[in-house]
Amino acid sequence: MTEVLLARWQFTITSVYHFFFVPLTIGLAWLVAIMETAYVRTGNDLYLRMTRFWGKLFLINFAVGVVTGIVMEFQFGMNWSEYSRFVGDVFGAPLAIEALMAFFLESTFLGLWIFGWDRLSKGVHAATMWLVAFGSTISALWILIANSFMHQPVGYAIQDGRAVMVDFWALVSNPHIRVQFPHVIAGAVTTGAFFVLAISAYHLRRQTSDRALFRRSFILATIYGAIGIGLVGLVGHSQAQHMVRVQPMKMAAAEALWEGEDPASFSLLTIGNEAEQRDVFAIRVPGLLSLLAYNRLEGRVQGIKDLQIEFQHLYGPGNYVPPVAISYWAFRLMAGAGVLMGLLAFLALLAVLRERVDRSRRLQAALIPALLLPYLANSTGWIFTEIGRQPWIVYGLQLTADASSPTVTSGMLITSILTLTLLYTGLIAVDVYLLWRNSVGPHSPAAPAQAGSRGAS
Amino acid sequence: MNLNTLWFILIGVLFIGFFILEGFDYGVGILMPFLGRDDHERRQLINTIGPFWDANEVWLITAGGAMFAAFPDWYATMFSGFYLALLLILICLIVRGVAFEFRSKETRPAWRRTWDWALFAGSALPAFLWGVAMGNLILGVPIDPDMNYVGGLGDLLRPYALAYGVTSFLGFMLTGAVFLSLKTTGVLAERAQETGERLWLPTVIVVYLVVGYGYFFTGMFQRFGVNPGIVPLTAGAALLAAGFLLKRRYNGWAFAMLLVGIAFTLLTLLIGLYPRVMVSSLNPAWSLTIYNAASGQYTLRVMTIVALIFLPFVLAYQAWSYWVFRRRVTPESHLEY
Repeated sequence: MTEVLLARWQFTITSVYHFFFVPLTIGLAWLVAIMETAYVRTGNDLYLRMTRFWGKLFLINFAVGVVTGIVMEFQFGMNWSEYSRFVGDVFGAPLAIEALMAFFLESTFLGLWIFGWDRLSKGVHAATMWLVAFGSTISALWILIANSFMHQPVGYAIQDGRAVMVDFWALVSNPHIRVQFPHVIAGAVTTGAFFVLAISAYHLRRQTSDRALFRRSFILATIYGAIGIGLVGLVGHSQAQHMVRVQPMKMAAAEALWEGEDPASFSLLTIGNEAEQRDVFAIRVPGLLSLLAYNRLEGRVQGIKDLQIEFQHLYGPGNYVPPVAISYWAFRLMAGAGVLMGLLAFLALLAVLRERVDRSRRLQAALIPALLLPYLANSTGWIFTEIGRQPWIVYGLQLTADASSPTVTSGMLITSILTLTLLYTGLIAVDVYLLWRNSVGPHSPAAPAQAGSRGAS
Repeated sequence: MNLNTLWFILIGVLFIGFFILEGFDYGVGILMPFLGRDDHERRQLINTIGPFWDANEVWLITAGGAMFAAFPDWYATMFSGFYLALLLILICLIVRGVAFEFRSKETRPAWRRTWDWALFAGSALPAFLWGVAMGNLILGVPIDPDMNYVGGLGDLLRPYALAYGVTSFLGFMLTGAVFLSLKTTGVLAERAQETGERLWLPTVIVVYLVVGYGYFFTGMFQRFGVNPGIVPLTAGAALLAAGFLLKRRYNGWAFAMLLVGIAFTLLTLLIGLYPRVMVSSLNPAWSLTIYNAASGQYTLRVMTIVALIFLPFVLAYQAWSYWVFRRRVTPESHLEY
């Protein structure tokens, strides 16, 4: 049992860490591609400076995303060999396709982009960044197809105790992926936008040298971010409705809904007693959960206790309740950060429309710490969706407790957790230092001597 | 030919692609601190593989993904069994990957030296460890009837497997030296040439000893019989030819011969392995094969179609990137890394 817990901790640490970098890669890649295309189309040097500046930060971030991704691919086999044997027939295919379709594309064309400034025509050079953006997005699509199978298994049959693929199209058109993929991509767009907004706001506030660069970046990122966060909200809503139908237990945990209700109430704040499955203190809005779930003021949303009884009926004795407090708070942190970002994007949009970007000093001040919001939302979003699926690793098919590698001992796990955690801590320190140095520190356009410098020195 | 065999071949191709491409860029990483006497020289060396290293590494990632998809039990047994060894390789790949990107984003000499050594260690250890892993695959490791690896880390580090590590380390370093002699100019190219000439003989001796020992004292090459056939002979001949071509400064041809040598050496090992993918040293019946470790026919068929559609594109655009960056890196070149 300890081994399973340790393996879960390692997966949590490595996947949350990996996902610090991925959304920015995807979000910024499209933005840099847009900037460079604007340069190619207009010939305006401003867009070239923007491409260079944001492109460099993109590369620093990209490097860590790539190397921590390799750990993810190896980890299924290393720590979850029973899982790999059980679902490999279904789950391995999207992973292999991801590498073949996306990783080659990303890595080859990023090499061409970094080194191709003097070798390729302007148009072709811009096209390489579009291909990088496309590759990183396709990569997200395939890994999410794999992940969707864990939440909503489709296109498979159980043969000799293993899940076997019987319908590839069912797998790739999983209803779950149709809501999850747009949500993740819109989240990535939002992350890219808030990254650019925070750094641009810093420079506009400090009135550093290249004001034109940051004003134009601010405007572009505002539009980009408003679209992103708007989509996140819209898709998030249909995602929640999908969850009520497919993973009702996750929704019940997210709402700390112990007993089923019709009409169901939405929790504004619940302090609960998880062991006894009851509220200690709760403020709930009557009917709101039904409204969110079904777009009308009535409709039954099942509670944790009903579902536990139902699941014991279906799957035999056991505890089928995910950690409620973590699910509840992770969901609220994610949604709360999302609402805040929506508000900020709205204010930024107003500032842009009223041409008050330079004078909105309080908005600029607010956008700098707001850089943390997309990271908070991305991490808690993943923690929520994966914790809320527990105790299952593949919903309804395999328990997490049955999925880990039988030959990997707790000593080995502690070794790998400690090594990876130490390494990752060092890496994020270096990465943040380099991002800081190249965005607002001495190496950025803020420093007069370095203004307009290209590439690394 | 059935789909199981086809996927054994495809995964073999991916590993061969990885070893011949990432092989020389590991070699460059290993030689860089020694051939480059100052920062500017080291930067030129690193920039010779700058546009390529990441895509080269993707051959490994794809091979891993293909193992998972086509032979899930192979993937599960090997990755959980070689746990600590793979952890070490992962750490190397992480450190190496960021070293490229981070090294020249800061000017302090101590910073750059640190990342140079990170790049060296991140290249040297995997160059050695992939050889050890290959050796163990073919020699067999303790696998129980439930397909679980029941040995420890020590079982993987036995002398003969380590000899495979020395072989791959030397082979990659030699290929890296010849690559550098083709991609640099002046004094750097001269140094690379000299290093290549000096490395060739020890490499040949080690390869011949390791293969010879395997042939006469282990059962691994039984199937080749007395006349080993065209594949191992090509590997051996290509390696010999590379040395003579290098001495006569036909470096392009020498490089090609080294790639042929690496590819055919791996091919020899794969033929020795087939149809097994992991050999059990406890009981031959417990070995993992392309049949008992495989996914179903439906999955293999889907994967075959996907591979046939996308592999040609991958080969085409990767080849194009080598073409775009075909010129040598000179002291005057604009350096990105």
